[in-house]
Amino acid sequence: MHDGKSPDEVTISVGPQHPALKEPESFSLTLAGEKIMASSVRLGYNHRGIEKAAEDKTYVQALYLIERICGICSHAHATCFIQAVEEIAALDVPKRALYIRTLVAELERIHSHLLWLGVAGHEIGFDTLLMYTWRDREIVMDVLASLTGNRVNYGINTLGGVRRDVSQEQKEEILKAVDVLEERTRYYIEVASQEVTLIERLSGVGVMSHEDALRLGAVGPTARASSVDRDVRRDDPYAAYGELTFKVVTSDKNDVYGRTLVRVGELMESYGMIRQLVKNMPDGPVTVKAPRKIPAGEAFSRYEAPRGENVHYVKANGTEKPERVKVRAPTLANVQAVSHMLKDRYLADLPIVIAAIDPCFSCTDRMIGVSDMEGGPKRVMTWQELRSYSIEWHRARGIDFSALNGRFGVREKR
Amino acid sequence: MVAEVLHSILKKPATVKYPFEKVKMPPRFRGKLKFDSSKCIGCRLCMKDCPTGAITINKVGEKRFEAVIDLSKCIYCAQCVDSCPKKALEATAEFELATLDRAKLKVVFHAWETQAPPKETDKAGEEPAGGPEKKP
Amino acid sequence: MSGALYNVFQILVFPGLIFLMFFGLAAEYIDRKLHARLQNRIGPPWFQPLADFIKLAAKEEILPAQAGAAVFRFMPILAFTATVTAALYIPMWSTQALLSFQGDLIVVLYLLTVPTLTFFLAGWYSGSTYSMLGAARTVMQLFAYEVPLFLAILASALLADTWSLSGVAAYYSNHPSHALFNVIGFVVALVALLGKLEKVPFDIPEAETEIVAGSFTEYSGRLLAMFRAAVDIEMVVGATLLAALFIPFGMKGHWAADFAIYVVKVIAIVAVLSVLRTVFARLRIDQMINFCWKYVAPLAFFQVLLNLVVKGLLPR
Repeated sequence: MHDGKSPDEVTISVGPQHPALKEPESFSLTLAGEKIMASSVRLGYNHRGIEKAAEDKTYVQALYLIERICGICSHAHATCFIQAVEEIAALDVPKRALYIRTLVAELERIHSHLLWLGVAGHEIGFDTLLMYTWRDREIVMDVLASLTGNRVNYGINTLGGVRRDVSQEQKEEILKAVDVLEERTRYYIEVASQEVTLIERLSGVGVMSHEDALRLGAVGPTARASSVDRDVRRDDPYAAYGELTFKVVTSDKNDVYGRTLVRVGELMESYGMIRQLVKNMPDGPVTVKAPRKIPAGEAFSRYEAPRGENVHYVKANGTEKPERVKVRAPTLANVQAVSHMLKDRYLADLPIVIAAIDPCFSCTDRMIGVSDMEGGPKRVMTWQELRSYSIEWHRARGIDFSALNGRFGVREKR
Repeated sequence: MVAEVLHSILKKPATVKYPFEKVKMPPRFRGKLKFDSSKCIGCRLCMKDCPTGAITINKVGEKRFEAVIDLSKCIYCAQCVDSCPKKALEATAEFELATLDRAKLKVVFHAWETQAPPKETDKAGEEPAGGPEKKP
Repeated sequence: MSGALYNVFQILVFPGLIFLMFFGLAAEYIDRKLHARLQNRIGPPWFQPLADFIKLAAKEEILPAQAGAAVFRFMPILAFTATVTAALYIPMWSTQALLSFQGDLIVVLYLLTVPTLTFFLAGWYSGSTYSMLGAARTVMQLFAYEVPLFLAILASALLADTWSLSGVAAYYSNHPSHALFNVIGFVVALVALLGKLEKVPFDIPEAETEIVAGSFTEYSGRLLAMFRAAVDIEMVVGATLLAALFIPFGMKGHWAADFAIYVVKVIAIVAVLSVLRTVFARLRIDQMINFCWKYVAPLAFFQVLLNLVVKGLLPR
């Protein structure tokens, strides 16, 4: 347990399983008493091979796969992906569909930020906030269930538009829900600005200056709390955001308290946006016919997920299936900042600092690093190299995979 | 905060005592699928679009098709419902599908002798006229 | 002979071991139920703490390989016995405790410090990093709340001019108006009791999201059941101590009525602790030490001074 660093420095690893983390990730900390002297992050525990699996499916099938990268920001990934594909195919998505997409996107943002408020409360021992915010989150989940047919993984997108329309009753339901939530959010703003122990725990913690935020490439509320005025919805409007009026909420506090204020401010902005969307929704079809084979091309699509800027890259090659899908989730950009924010801070701040970037490691882990226990040099293997390495390794131990060809759904890949 | 917290004692708890109390799912909730064999023309577009290969259409006679849905593979996205040109598939609100017997997860929707479509009911377990759905 | 047998009954059954055990479980139930209702939840059924205890007692004890086995095993028993023994000297519903002598106040305070030391030793001898961190935090927290707690209690005893808890309870029962001088001490003692019982905002040694379970991380089975029972009983004993020193009403009438009043007093204190647990977030250890030494300790000092002055001014 004691490292070679210094007699009273201890190395502990927080994760991959730890009560502070909602998803597995490994933070290796060097502690001197309660102070964190150094920390490093190891990613990859939630790697599921989604990008590779998407190459094996048609665009419509891949959409559902991409949606399941993450449960909290599922719509973010699905929309980002389908926007890229629609751009390659040069489809003219109807206005009404764009409005519905934006509506679901903002509802998702609300549910995600309420979830975050609860998690942040739990990390600092404030369970009451957890119970209250998650109770209110049920209102949004019920609205989303009635709109899209499910509480998470909405499946509202399809190539060329959306799959369901919004009826007048549903619009009224949404407006009523937004009214209730707005009142509850005002209460949470009050709690956040008046509750002494909360302010004590969140202020001065996880400090990241404006310059550091830019240098480390932070995105989303994490960066906006350090006065970085960037928001994809305003800077590079997609879906229906070009026609909405909203403020980009920033804060100059540079700490976790600032991030709390930014997220709560974004909640209030979302309510306003939803009201505008419901009021101004244009009539028309909700989808256009899309081809099965997407012409060759590539596209880059950006989306402001609740956690920050989500980037998808899709390359099409004229067939039904994508050639390459690459996902850069916002948490990947933010997790580099965690090591910086933890320096010279207390162990007690670790959970809230990690929680403050709103980590979603399911979104992040698109790559896995495997350590060589004998300390060999680091190298990068391509898919072909890894595959032939694996086949050779097993053949040397008497297991021959070629006998499985064609059985149990195993196919020889191209 | 104290006032709100003390006020909560007087409010009804937000907990739903599931499974003794159940929450009603909204209409068009994407739960278990239902297949109407009389409408199916065997185009197999549903099979083509299914992300997981959960649905299989088998021909059992002249213009008669049965559907086998693997509940463990289905992700309840209802893409097959959208893809079907004849609206033979429908998503019901049934979501309590856990079972102890793996064999029960493959649900077969048979094609019936009668011409008339089977009666639709929304109560699980009730037999629609024309025969029950058989699970192998 | 029957006198000795009666004493044994008192020590082991009522109001000793068995009664404290069940009262501790009941207090835990009230705490959890109130905490749940305040959060708009339903909360556990009445038998939950008992069920938890039985479940834990029935489970396997896992001894980590790097733990110091003898100390690891002994600490829960020591914690349990210390809290129960402390209860023998605290007057509950009559002004005379089961046992009393001049100076038993100091003995009770020391006996109540023993559980905290057992948490420290248990965490230290567990051999795991999280336990050691929890152990270190327990002792750090001890430095913060112990002084205000002792001072508040001593202030109350000062006014009563006796070192025996039973004597203090008797004095205030005879002069109920003098209890009003100790209001500040009562508040200080409540805050310090939150620290001793390791409840939010002072549950730093057991911060689930930071150090898993602190000193108790490696404990399981009967040993953990014993620790948790010790913590429950500590809550009851702490509340009883505060009730005896600061709310000494209803101790001179019929024993059944006094018993009922005693139960109400303890439950009221437990309820206040519950509400405090619900509305605050957890503090960091440095913030807690800061808070205790900047605000709580001076108030305790002030209370002592006040009582000294009042004692000098009061007619004998």
